[in-house]
Amino acid sequence: MEFINNIFVNIAGLVRWVFNWLLGWLGLPLGLTDVLMTAVYWVAIVVVCVLCALFYVIWERKLAGYIQRRPGPNRLGPNGWLQTIGDAIKLVMKEDIVPDKADKPVHLLAALLAFVPPMLALAAIPFGEGMAALDLKLGVVYVLAVTTLASLPVLLAGYASNNKYSLIGGMRVVNQAISYEVPQAFALLSVIMVAGTFNLTEIVHFQQQHLWLVFVQPLAFVVYIISAVAECNRAPFDLPEGESELTAGVFTEYSGMRYALFYLAEYCNMFVAAGLATTLFLGGFSGPFLPGWLWFILKTFVIMSVFIWVRWTLPRIRADYVLSFCWKILVPLTLLNMLVTGVVLYLI
Amino acid sequence: MNTETNKQGRYSEVYQLNFGPQHPSTHGVLHMLVEMDGETCIGVDTKIGYLHRGMEKLLESRTYLQGLPYTDRLDYLAGVNNNLPYVLAVEKLLGVEVPARASLLRMLTCEIMRLASYMVGVGIYIMDLGAVSGVFYPFQEREYALDCMSALCGARMTQSYIRYGGVQADINEEFDVAYQKLVAETPRFIEMYHKLVDENEIFLRRTKGIGVISAEDAMDYALTGPNLRASGVDYDLRRDAPYCLYDRFKIEVPVLTAGDCYARYVQRMLEVEKIFQLIKEIYAALKEEPAGEIMAKIPKVLKPAAGEAYAQTENPKGIMGCLVASEGKLNPLRVHFRRPSFDNIAIFEKIMPGHKVADLVSIIASFDIVLGEIDG
Repeated sequence: MEFINNIFVNIAGLVRWVFNWLLGWLGLPLGLTDVLMTAVYWVAIVVVCVLCALFYVIWERKLAGYIQRRPGPNRLGPNGWLQTIGDAIKLVMKEDIVPDKADKPVHLLAALLAFVPPMLALAAIPFGEGMAALDLKLGVVYVLAVTTLASLPVLLAGYASNNKYSLIGGMRVVNQAISYEVPQAFALLSVIMVAGTFNLTEIVHFQQQHLWLVFVQPLAFVVYIISAVAECNRAPFDLPEGESELTAGVFTEYSGMRYALFYLAEYCNMFVAAGLATTLFLGGFSGPFLPGWLWFILKTFVIMSVFIWVRWTLPRIRADYVLSFCWKILVPLTLLNMLVTGVVLYLI
Repeated sequence: MNTETNKQGRYSEVYQLNFGPQHPSTHGVLHMLVEMDGETCIGVDTKIGYLHRGMEKLLESRTYLQGLPYTDRLDYLAGVNNNLPYVLAVEKLLGVEVPARASLLRMLTCEIMRLASYMVGVGIYIMDLGAVSGVFYPFQEREYALDCMSALCGARMTQSYIRYGGVQADINEEFDVAYQKLVAETPRFIEMYHKLVDENEIFLRRTKGIGVISAEDAMDYALTGPNLRASGVDYDLRRDAPYCLYDRFKIEVPVLTAGDCYARYVQRMLEVEKIFQLIKEIYAALKEEPAGEIMAKIPKVLKPAAGEAYAQTENPKGIMGCLVASEGKLNPLRVHFRRPSFDNIAIFEKIMPGHKVADLVSIIASFDIVLGEIDG
């Protein structure tokens, strides 16, 4: 049990031992081990990102099919579960089309950068006991900061495509970012007030000792989920893409591999948001019987399914209403929540 | 590009956005040249004709019998409803008396297809607002209606079921089975769809107060159908100028006054209930009607006497009129359709300025237009 619980930690230890042994054999300074281990962590994070995206794309399509009374993809592989791989191969094989008058370097850069923020954020999220690549003291602040960057590549894409629909989409991204950021930060602040730490692993430990923060801070949880949906540009906040209004919004001029990168990044962003919600509100990797990392995967799976459920249920909100909703409703609510939390903590 | 000072006194660049003809929510190939200030629309120029097939000319260059199936392709969501005005006009020229049973069958199929067309209307509306799942439930319901038509005449969408002098086929056992299914499912569907859509906060925000049309404007711009009735004008040809045997039945016409996108949606949902009632009444009347002829005696070769005839019917999209002029030859001299969607979209240029780009989608979808009909 203990072995399975720490299986990934043990693997990392083994890899580190192998590196040490190799470097000693080659007569190189042992300090290089840390550099090599960083590379290993990054590779692991990229693998996790891609696996998540591959799984959740097909899971979303299956669940959407269930919601819409249709089978969903069911041809490629056992019951259609290999469909995403087929789609990915198709996207990679497609011709790389860039509009003539697009800002070509920025057009490419946007697609490449899209993948960076979720990878940076995943580094800090503890998948299990001792399983955070970067166990930062200010973990919450770090994750909030890098996930905010996720709107930048979308803005770049909107600007670089030289298409009016893309430009409107790009403007909407900024509109959305300034809307959800503030309530999101306030919602997390009240969690931090209760837990008394910014460190993500310690917040999980706090929940192990007491109880899940979703029961202490239900309002903050709801606000965080709403702003997380907005952050991932998912329906009902999928304004930058806004299929029925802006054809495909910022992604109008993207196809093939470049589009695939955005598509993968969207699911990775969702996974980060779900992972953060799990860590902060649902007890992270804590849970009985099963190994911690499995609990983490299960809990993120539930939150991801909620995201998917919401997407296929609600109509799209209008762009100007997102701003008024976030600032006029969510910000006062979260501020009130913080006030009440503070008073209660002071009295206890 | 010109710059203008907008309401807040800021300078902003006005740009033109080509909304369509290739756009997921212009219901086909409607093209709108939109003047935009940021995300706000300040002027709209509607351009049509991308689906023009020369329908009227096609009818004029063919014999009457060859021409009839083309009329299905006008409003392809409700095929039989388009047969009706053309057939009625030709029958006026021929001077044919249609058997009562045939008239009832015409009404029954028209109401079934009206139901199917409204299903598409409300389904596409919620889909265009971003809730893609909303389209699948009405389409399922529409499938039951199409099954009825399929059992009756073998075709699902472009049926050409109504013929000169009568209809193609009488109801059969297969139709009865499909009809019972439709009757069983429709009330469940209506209740479910009300629960699913009506009270949705986002839906209300996206539709209430958007694209408001006053009763005067609605009449000035010759709006017809549910779009007119949602603006508070109580007018329905089935009741006010009955054709076929509609005068036998009591036609209830719901009327709303708000005239916004939400009213147009609710209007359709209310009318769906009334249509469903009417279908049941017509079916009962048809069962009571003694079995008999469903075709009047008409000549093998149609050569209507020289003259003009005009007939109009209440179609799902509004009033469809048809003028047929004959000079006693095998083919009509002139055929002209009053196509309701075409007349309805004229008001876009008046109501759209001032709305956000997202509202344009809402307004287009609330009109439930069909481009096959607009472009003819």
